[in-house]
Amino acid sequence: MNDVILRLSGIDPQSELAKVIAKRADIFELTQKTHDAALRPADPGGLSHAMRAAIACRIASLNDDAAFRDHFGAILDQAAPDETERQVSDLDYRASDPRISALIRHADLVAANPRAASGRDIELLRQAGIVEADIVRLSELVAFVSYQIRVVAGLRLMRQSA
Amino acid sequence: MTRVLQDFTTKVPIWKPHVRPVDLDHATPAQLDALQVTPSNRKISDYVLVLAHDAETLKHRSPLFNGIMYNRGGMSRAEREIGAVGASLVNRCIYCAAVHAERYSQLSKDETSIGKIFAVGVDAELEPRLSAILQFAVKLSQCRPAADAEDLARLKDCGLGDEEILDLVLSASLFGWANRLMHTLGEPVAE
Repeated sequence: MNDVILRLSGIDPQSELAKVIAKRADIFELTQKTHDAALRPADPGGLSHAMRAAIACRIASLNDDAAFRDHFGAILDQAAPDETERQVSDLDYRASDPRISALIRHADLVAANPRAASGRDIELLRQAGIVEADIVRLSELVAFVSYQIRVVAGLRLMRQSA
Repeated sequence: MTRVLQDFTTKVPIWKPHVRPVDLDHATPAQLDALQVTPSNRKISDYVLVLAHDAETLKHRSPLFNGIMYNRGGMSRAEREIGAVGASLVNRCIYCAAVHAERYSQLSKDETSIGKIFAVGVDAELEPRLSAILQFAVKLSQCRPAADAEDLARLKDCGLGDEEILDLVLSASLFGWANRLMHTLGEPVAE
């Protein structure tokens, strides 16, 4: 199995734990497919591949996960980002463009404190000119990356206790 | 008269979207494929129709969801539901918590634990194994994830094997995903 999750959780492919994971190979395969669909979709809509990778970098930073930060940083580099897209990957960046500012605000909220989100936050995205389909694309990206980071966090604990 | 729910409940609410669902009559072939619409299956929830705006991820999400929650072996289906409930407590997804609390109670025939969990939260007095599962799910669901070696050791002390622990990691993480859609793209209402 060659995928992001095994690599980032540091699991030796020959280990007993790898054999346990192999029993759920279908899950890890679908996870990898969703990763590719969220980061590099055929139809990116209003969220470029570089913008998606930059937002994923932010989520990794919010979760204090350096390995994921490097992983999404490499995808960002491959996506030939413009100056703004590169800056979005930095948690300290303050966007002057209202659309980008709204995307960042919402991504950070949903990643770090989803319980505080409400209908008002969706309204703020609309006011910044973000269309319904892009609201869903952004949400799926943030939600999926949050899932993947937790799967790897759990696997690392399992590896360390093996 | 509708009322937006603010507190955890075992009565499954109605989910009201903040984002306009895809109109099936105007859906693209990719959306219809991801929705698995057939002439005999046109009953699709508003939630899934909202997600159909992103057909590429939806296509994989549904089989992934079913695999994690229902595939054979490993952790019991009932205990996987506690992984889902733990994440939903942290993310305060009232809708997901209600649906998966109900499934847990039905599958386990345990009629008392969910009431305690909703009243007290992660520190509810539960049977030790169930408590260890809930604690682990809640801590893994924090941003950043806060589950540690001690939480994992507690699972092992309660008799969980690696296959079960892996399924718990997957179900709690899956609801880190589901909650971030369900709770942010719509809201639970009671009629």
